[in-house]
Amino acid sequence: MTLSVWSRWALRAFMAVGLTFIYVPLLLVLVNSFNGDRTFAWPPHDWTTRWWSAAWDNSGARDALLTSVKAGLGATAIALILGTMVAFAVQRFKFFGRDTVSLLIVLPIALPGIVTGIALDSAWRSVIAPLGLGKGLFSVIVGHATFCVVTVYNNVLARLRRSGVNFEEASSDLGASSFQTFCYITFPLMRSALLAGGLLAFALSFDEIIVTTFTAGPGITTLPIWIFNNLFRPNQAPVVNVVAAALIVLSVIPVWLAQRLAGPEAGASRT
Amino acid sequence: MRHKVTFLAVGVIALALAGCGSSDDEGGSGPGGLSVPKVDKMAALGAGEGTVNVVAWAGYVEDGSTDPKVDWVSGFEKETGCQVNTKVAGTSDEMVALMKTGEYDVVSASGDASLRLIYGGDVAPVNTDLISNYKDVFEGLKNKQWNSVDGQPYGVPHGRGANLLMYRTDTVKPAPTSWGAVFDANSPYKGKITAYDSPIYIADAALYLMKTKPDLGIKNPYALDETQFKAATDLLTEQNKLIGEYWSDYTKEVQAFKSGDSVLGTTWQVIANLVQADKAPVEAILPTEGATGWSDTWMISSKAKHPNCGYLWMNHIISPKANAGVAEWFGEAPANKLSCAETADKNHCATFHAEDEAYFEQVWYWTTPLAQCVDGRTDVTCKDYAAWTQAWTTIKG
Amino acid sequence: MTVFHRHPRLRLAALLSAPLLWLVVAYLGALAVLLVSAFWTVNGFTGEVVREFTLANFRTIVTEEVYRNVALRSLGVAASVTVICAVLALPMAFFMAKVASPRSRHWLVIAILTPLWASYLVKAYAWRVLLANDGPIDWLFLGHGPGYGLTATIIVLSYLWLPYMILPIYAGLERMPTSLLEASGDLGARPGRTFRTVVLPLIVPSLFAGSIFTFSLSLGDYITVQIVGGKTQLLGNLVYANIGAANNLPFAAAIATIPVLVMVIYLVAVRRSGALEEL
Repeated sequence: MTLSVWSRWALRAFMAVGLTFIYVPLLLVLVNSFNGDRTFAWPPHDWTTRWWSAAWDNSGARDALLTSVKAGLGATAIALILGTMVAFAVQRFKFFGRDTVSLLIVLPIALPGIVTGIALDSAWRSVIAPLGLGKGLFSVIVGHATFCVVTVYNNVLARLRRSGVNFEEASSDLGASSFQTFCYITFPLMRSALLAGGLLAFALSFDEIIVTTFTAGPGITTLPIWIFNNLFRPNQAPVVNVVAAALIVLSVIPVWLAQRLAGPEAGASRT
Repeated sequence: MRHKVTFLAVGVIALALAGCGSSDDEGGSGPGGLSVPKVDKMAALGAGEGTVNVVAWAGYVEDGSTDPKVDWVSGFEKETGCQVNTKVAGTSDEMVALMKTGEYDVVSASGDASLRLIYGGDVAPVNTDLISNYKDVFEGLKNKQWNSVDGQPYGVPHGRGANLLMYRTDTVKPAPTSWGAVFDANSPYKGKITAYDSPIYIADAALYLMKTKPDLGIKNPYALDETQFKAATDLLTEQNKLIGEYWSDYTKEVQAFKSGDSVLGTTWQVIANLVQADKAPVEAILPTEGATGWSDTWMISSKAKHPNCGYLWMNHIISPKANAGVAEWFGEAPANKLSCAETADKNHCATFHAEDEAYFEQVWYWTTPLAQCVDGRTDVTCKDYAAWTQAWTTIKG
Repeated sequence: MTVFHRHPRLRLAALLSAPLLWLVVAYLGALAVLLVSAFWTVNGFTGEVVREFTLANFRTIVTEEVYRNVALRSLGVAASVTVICAVLALPMAFFMAKVASPRSRHWLVIAILTPLWASYLVKAYAWRVLLANDGPIDWLFLGHGPGYGLTATIIVLSYLWLPYMILPIYAGLERMPTSLLEASGDLGARPGRTFRTVVLPLIVPSLFAGSIFTFSLSLGDYITVQIVGGKTQLLGNLVYANIGAANNLPFAAAIATIPVLVMVIYLVAVRRSGALEEL
């Protein structure tokens, strides 16, 4: 369809308004990290950098960041493996119940986090804890991986549908072993889909709080949990704001990196 | 407080009579004929085991990782050789669950968890002779319903505070003196009143009714039978129309009073101080009816693997310096008399009424409501905390 | 490897066993345990779960009016948030995919993705400041801002989940060949008609995919509503209050069956459109 100049401008204006809507609160977080007032009174009447130095000295926040990265990487790794396996099974084979698989994979993210959280928590307590494995970082990874599988699965599935099996067949016709075919043909074809799915999985895990609240063992503090604990203590709320502001700035790095590595669509969804 | 102790004593006698037939291995008895499992207390202090595992509220065990200046753990570790491993619990239920695992030695239990721990046999009675700082704890905190059974302490008191009535002095005129201000159906501040968001807030309504509707016969705001409970929840259902928002975290409350989204409602002293520090015109008072409040207790596990370090910790955390540190960081009245000389802010104890026993006599500390009435009545059943929770849902609508 | 090569069934089994073990045994198993526990009760004093079958929890939920009101309110919030997100996301995603130059498209995708990394709690708190009495929103609406309450909850949830709606729609539009739109235009359709008859039907699965996110994330939320919801309570708050404060897992589980039922019905309904593969 050929859009009139007018409708192009209307869309452009709408985009601008939408981005303003998205960015004004984020800007407020940044501005407030320099607000001298402890509970962000508006408008700010005095400016300070003391929250930034307080945050820098806060080893609790650094530990929490590390825990979050560990949990995110663990969950992403599991999601990559499981998601890819199911995607291959669904795309390359016909089997009974194939249609329900996608429903099953979507379920953990489609059900409200609090339901997933208390289900995993009570199951862990009644089944796994008696075996001697209490809740800890591992249970967080299990919880996150469960709802992250879907992002990898959908990206890989879309890529498999698009690329077909011609290259792989050619490879094996030319005498390559299954392993060689996987290394030289299948995996390179999949790379950007895996990256896109993995990045989204990591992002989902990184900012997850509800499932984490219920699956984290005592003493396991991910960054969102740390933020939750500290936001509600008045001396700490400004420090939390600084951490959030720093995160917003830093988050450009993984997003930009992924876009560089996998082409412009990778950050969004399947390619 | 005094009347509360009297009722408790009456209750205990009644229960002792009721519990005469119980076997000898029962350690003591509590409300409604509940018995306390017999657990031996420590006889003598030995050498530290090198570790102590602690379950605590956020802000109670600070080792400098939040703020390098806030640290009362590192010194203890050096001095005693007991490495402190902290697990921060979010709720009283989590605390109870963690203590049931037997992996932890000590816990900072609030009044709504301590009884469950005692009657569940999860914590041991404390030999206060082994805790040299115990003698300096305010008498008003010793041997209370939520930390002792039959005069046997099950923990050392840590600190306390009251749920006060706060108002904006520029809007709320004349200044309120009674909780009636937050229950007045014709209040001019409709939509700007706030209340604490927890089922335990039902006790605030019960306390008000206890003073204003003596016919109901409420003796303890945590022991409500069918009729009394209905009166309290009806009052809160009416109050819901006046409420602008319920609060449960400090930041929200401070911000609401500063912006004027709330002008009247319950608060904690520490919140009032913060709002005043940010130059908003507020005042917090203890109304004529008295108030509800909280008091936390350090308890030691009956299955403690590191009992000596546990005792050393309990002694350390109520020592004047550490107790003063916690009290200032968390914003509460310290439990140790000598702490008042150690606070960085010399007015801390005065601000938080730490030494004012007359003030705390008007405070009803949070206690878990049980089906076995905690005021000692045995002819009726009271509403337990699960019922309080469901009623709170209905009140909020 | 050759064994696998000769026996495709074996390969299938190898591929499926681990993921299915995880999802069926671990996840569905956990859900089943939860749903079964909805038929149990809890001993008020010791806090131990009493494993005897009873319908008491469900009886309370059905007979007490408050649970019906909260459930309907939560559904209303989730539906409003989904509609608002869809209305905002459609033109934005369309602009990104079909109007913007490839170079600026690259930056727009980054701009939509970046907020996902900022903490959800901090964003909700920023909105609390925006919505405060005499705050920026009040100023913008000349003192007639919504204040804290149900409206504020819907606004903030829409804000939080908007990127989750934009991304699948953008991906759907991006894949749609531009030639299709040109053909429609060449055949004489005006842009409005092309949008209604060509674009919309093709991106319905993406729209549903986005709605799964916005709907379910709103249905289970209990934190945003605590921050900006005034005295409002939603289903998530009830579940959380019963498990957190009252230690009443069976009753919490009984309440949790409401959103589970709603979501399963919704998923089965939209599955035919292929929405589940667009997430």
